[in-house]
Amino acid sequence: MDIEFFVELFFGGLTRGSIYALIALGYTLVYGIIELINFAHGEVYMLGAFTALLVAGVLGVYGFPFGGILIVATLAAIVWCAAYGFTLEKVAYKPLRGAPRLSPLISAIGMSIFLQNYVLLAQTPDFVPFPYLLPEMPFLDDLAVLSPSNFLILMVSTVAMIVLALFIRYTRMGKAMRATAQNRKMALLLGINADKIISLTFIIGSSLAALGGVLIASHMQVINYNIGFLAGMKAFTAAVLGGIGSIPGAMVGGLVLGLAESFTTGYVSGNYEDILAFAILILILILRPDGILGKAKVQKV
Amino acid sequence: MKKGLTCLAAMALCLALAAPAQTAETIKIGVQGAHSGDLASYGVPSLNAVKLVIEQVNAKGGVLGRKVELVAQDDQCKPEMATNAATKLISDQSDVVVGPICTGPTTASLPIFQQANIIVVSPTATAPALTTAGKHPLFFRTVAHDNAQAQLTSDFLLKKLGVKKVAFLHDNGEYGKGFADNNRVFLEKEGVETVLYEAVSADAVDFSAVVRKIRRLKPDAVVFGGYQPLASKLVQQMRRDRVQTPFIGPDGVKDETFLKMTGKASEGVYASYPKDTSALPLYKEAREAHIKAFGSEPGFGYYNAWAAAQCLLAAIEKSGGTDTAKLKTALRETSVDTPLGKINFNELGDASGMALSIYQVQNGKFVELDHNLTLK
Repeated sequence: MDIEFFVELFFGGLTRGSIYALIALGYTLVYGIIELINFAHGEVYMLGAFTALLVAGVLGVYGFPFGGILIVATLAAIVWCAAYGFTLEKVAYKPLRGAPRLSPLISAIGMSIFLQNYVLLAQTPDFVPFPYLLPEMPFLDDLAVLSPSNFLILMVSTVAMIVLALFIRYTRMGKAMRATAQNRKMALLLGINADKIISLTFIIGSSLAALGGVLIASHMQVINYNIGFLAGMKAFTAAVLGGIGSIPGAMVGGLVLGLAESFTTGYVSGNYEDILAFAILILILILRPDGILGKAKVQKV
Repeated sequence: MKKGLTCLAAMALCLALAAPAQTAETIKIGVQGAHSGDLASYGVPSLNAVKLVIEQVNAKGGVLGRKVELVAQDDQCKPEMATNAATKLISDQSDVVVGPICTGPTTASLPIFQQANIIVVSPTATAPALTTAGKHPLFFRTVAHDNAQAQLTSDFLLKKLGVKKVAFLHDNGEYGKGFADNNRVFLEKEGVETVLYEAVSADAVDFSAVVRKIRRLKPDAVVFGGYQPLASKLVQQMRRDRVQTPFIGPDGVKDETFLKMTGKASEGVYASYPKDTSALPLYKEAREAHIKAFGSEPGFGYYNAWAAAQCLLAAIEKSGGTDTAKLKTALRETSVDTPLGKINFNELGDASGMALSIYQVQNGKFVELDHNLTLK
């Protein structure tokens, strides 16, 4: 097979994978701290896209330059979705913290349905066009293997993931997050405010999802209230694949899934794209139940 | 006071006596379709069309000296409600039926109408098998079935674009896959090579892989089967990756929303769609009647339903009554002027005389090209 096509598929897969990874981080962070699968997370991604659309629309009317619109709209989406994530946790999960594990899960599914329908009613049930805000990058024209939006998605998500990794590794807050994830009771005894950490986790996860939403919306240029569902499912798969609860795991899982999908579509057929994603998940779970980078957990009795 | 009451009672009695006498004389047109629910926008325009045609006819003294009456039954485009609606229409003694709107309910209701020996004309059900399978001898439709579109697009690809290699993309739905499959059959028969035949997930976050594949395989055209949101995403990503391959789709693509969402990238995209008949005087008349009665532009299937009602009434007039066997012959033999052109029905029950055209996006608008297909 010719090498250029391979490289194209590789970068296509990386782009897709880095988006999955951005969203997967939200699942994995939350799971790491409170062992909850936040099924409403995909919806936050969708809300990010819609917020950016509204802000971009308003700024467009005032004649902002395109690059400026992209930055402002992205920041607005991040702030707005962080607020959503924070509220979501306070409304839907905090009251259920002592409850059996199924209760918050149901609550999460409920929130997901609620948010979808809320956007359907408050915004529109139709598909809406999303403006192409990405800057022109003429130097990529010669490269041909990478379109400007792919390039930008790759850059932005890599930077976001590096920042997150540094934050978790080197700041006090990050340390507190790691401590809470390891042992919440112990962390509480040492004076860490668990509620604050949980809120912080939701804020970070939602911000990353919002960023993913804006990037994909400006790449696909078409959004509707339902885009969060499949993206959320895929990202969740990526998180489980990498080992849910593990931050590097989410990144690796996202990239593996993205590359696998891209190569399947490229060399086999697009018909098998979704089938493959979930087949990989099943395989990994059989061979390595804790995911690629997950640590085997001893069941506490 | 007492006098008033007596008067009222007398009037009521008169009406009660008059009513049965009148029903014996009226011709009843049943209308089945989605008149409420999620898909009401598909069914209500047809109901309105039949209403207005009946008003016009009654204003001129009816058909064969008899008044025409409308009986409506709502099926919400749900097959499970359709059987009930059909049974109700039969017990309400409908002579003929305009509807159902959606394919599912049509399949469900037809056996019931068949048993009651009632002629059914659907304005919008496009599944080919409804007529081509030959199972429903009393079923007619005033809309092109899905195969006709593929016939037109493949003909256009061969004759106007001279394609040798084609890529097929579809959304794996009945409508989209059907369109791609039918094109493939027609094109392969003519020796065109299929270089790619693939389903595309409408919700995927990125289409680079499939777009790169198209770029590498260099087909002469991309045949797309599906609805406009997916078409919009695909075309935009193709054009952004400098894949300028011609792109052709079914009527689901020829939509104002497609232009709005796709913007500049939509330039040059082809789609099939019923031939523009808006210059016909009957079309204008039908449109104005709707605007006058409802204060808005007519919606989905309105002109098709208008044509269906017209054809039925013309057949009743010609055959001199509502006898099913005679009506059937009359429907086939009578050419009727409708908003969609002069039409009658073929052996299978499909309307002949209606035409489909290829449209192309030029300067941000769909422009009708001089390549069309008249249904036979």
